[in-house]
Amino acid sequence: MVHRARASHVGSCLSSADILAVLYGAVMRFDPAAPTTPDRDRFILSKGHAAAAVYSVLAQIGCLAHTDLDEYGNDGSLLMTHVSHKIRGVEFSTGSLGHGLPFGVGKALAARRLHAVWRTFVLMSDGEMDEGSNWEALMFAGHHRLDNLVAVIDYNKLQSLASVKATLDLEPLSAKLESFGWSARELDGHDHAALQEALSTTPWAPGKPSIVIAHTVKGKGVSFMENRVEWHYKSPSATQLDEALAELRSSHA
Amino acid sequence: MRSAFIDELAAQAALDSRIALVVGDLGFSVVEPFADRFPDRFVNSGVAEQNMMGLAAGMASEGYHPFVYSIANFPVFRCAEQIRNDVEYHDLPVTIVAVGGGLAYGNLGYSHHAVQDYGFMRMLPSMLIAAPGDPMEVRACVRYLARHPQPSYLRLGKAGEACLHGDVPEVTPGRWIKIVGGDGTNTFLTTGATLPLAREWLDHQDYQGWALHSLPLWGMRTKALQAAQAVAWKRVISVEDHLQDAGFGSWLLESCLPLAGRPAIEIRGLSSEIFGKVGTQSRLNALGGLK
Repeated sequence: MVHRARASHVGSCLSSADILAVLYGAVMRFDPAAPTTPDRDRFILSKGHAAAAVYSVLAQIGCLAHTDLDEYGNDGSLLMTHVSHKIRGVEFSTGSLGHGLPFGVGKALAARRLHAVWRTFVLMSDGEMDEGSNWEALMFAGHHRLDNLVAVIDYNKLQSLASVKATLDLEPLSAKLESFGWSARELDGHDHAALQEALSTTPWAPGKPSIVIAHTVKGKGVSFMENRVEWHYKSPSATQLDEALAELRSSHA
Repeated sequence: MRSAFIDELAAQAALDSRIALVVGDLGFSVVEPFADRFPDRFVNSGVAEQNMMGLAAGMASEGYHPFVYSIANFPVFRCAEQIRNDVEYHDLPVTIVAVGGGLAYGNLGYSHHAVQDYGFMRMLPSMLIAAPGDPMEVRACVRYLARHPQPSYLRLGKAGEACLHGDVPEVTPGRWIKIVGGDGTNTFLTTGATLPLAREWLDHQDYQGWALHSLPLWGMRTKALQAAQAVAWKRVISVEDHLQDAGFGSWLLESCLPLAGRPAIEIRGLSSEIFGKVGTQSRLNALGGLK
C-alpha cells in the first residue's frame, strides 16, 4: 500500500502492527460484521499516520475488503493516508497529533455517565507526548477516575528528526503517568502474550485509567528500516518492498 | 444575554436528555442553575481548552449535545484545531458558546477582545454561527440549536442588554428578521450584540426611513440565501462588532456578488484602531468605527 501510494510512515506502521493485531484479534469486543454496534469497544488511532496498519488490520478481520487497500492514497480514494472516519470500522479521523486522547476521554466520560460497559482504547505515539493537549487529557482522566479508558503509547524511541531522547526526553515516563493518576505498565510492544495479558485485564487498579508503555522498534521486522529515522518519511521502492516482504515472511515461516 | 442563555439552556435540557454543559472553569454565578439541576450533564474541564473541546467532541460522538462555554477567545482560538478537526470535520453536535463577544470585555485588554471569531468560524463549511442581538434572540437561538444539534457557535454579549423584541422571535438560518420596517429603500442588517446600537442610529436624521434587520443565524451554508433578500434594497449597511476583515459584512458582500453591485453594501465593523486599546465597550466600539 505504502509503496504503491508512494506514501510515508511505513516505519510507524510496523512499530504499531503487533499492538493493533492483539487489540483487534484478542482484546476488543468488536464485530467486523457490525462495526457500529452500541456495545463495541471503541478504538482511536491518535497517531493517524499509522493509518495503513489500521486499514490492513480491518481488512484482515473482514471489516474491509482486501481489494479496498489497493485504493490507499489514490486520487479520489476514501483511504487517505492519515486515518479516516469515513472508512468502515474507523471511529475517528486524526493526523494532527494530540487529538486522540482528549476525544477518547470524552467517550470514556460519556460511557461512565451513560452506565455503558464498553471500553475506549487509544493508541498514541511517543512523539505526540510532546503535545500539551495529551497532558490536559491525562490529568482530566486521572482526576475523573476513568478506569474504562486504556491508552497505549507506541514507544519506538524515534521522532521525526531525531530520537525522542534527543528531542524532548520523556523519561521518567512511567512515573510521570502514574503521578497523573494513571496505572502504567511497561512491556515489549511486539510480545503478543504480554500485550494480550495487559490489555485484557484492565482496569489494573479500580478507579485508575490504564496506560501501556509499549517498547517497540520503528520499522520492526525489516532489517534496513529498523530504528532508522528516515523511514518515518521514505516510501519503499519495488526492490525494497520485495526485500522487506521476504524478511517478514521468513521471520514468520 | 448570559442569564437568558443559561435559563433557556436549562429549560431545553429538561426536555432533551442529550444536552450537556461543559465549561472551561468559567461561568461563576452564571452556570450554577444548570450545574445544580443537571449534575450528570455538567462538566468543568478545568483551565484546559484543547482537552475541553476534544472531550466535548468525544461526548457528542456518543449521543450528547454539549454546549461548551467559556469567555471570548478561549473556546475559539485556543482550541481552534479541535473545533476544525474533531467537531466540524466529524459533523458532531457541539455548540461552542463564547460569552463576551466583540468588545464586551473592553477593559480586560486584547486577550479578551473577541473580534476575529467570525472570521474563523465562517471558514468552516458546516459551522452555524448564532449571534443573537438581544436576550430574546438568545432564547430563540438556543431553542433552534437544541432542536437542530449540529456544529455551531453561539456568540453572546455579556449581561444587562435591553430587549428589542417583545417576544421570542422565530429564527431560521440565513433569514433576516425585520425589527423596523422603514420606507422600504435602505436597511441596516446587524448580527450579534450591535443590534441595539443600530436601533439607536435609526433616530439620527441621516437614517430617517431606514429599516433595521437582524440576522442571528448564518454561515457558509446560508450564503446562497442572501442575494434574494438583499436585492430588495437600494442600500444595505451591515453592522457587527468584529473586524471588518473576514467578518459578517464581507460574508454578506461575497454572498451578494452575483447581484453585481445592487444593493450598495457598506460594511460597518471595527477597524484596526482598537488593537491594544483599553476602554468600555461603547468607547472602544466608537473608536473602531461603530458610531
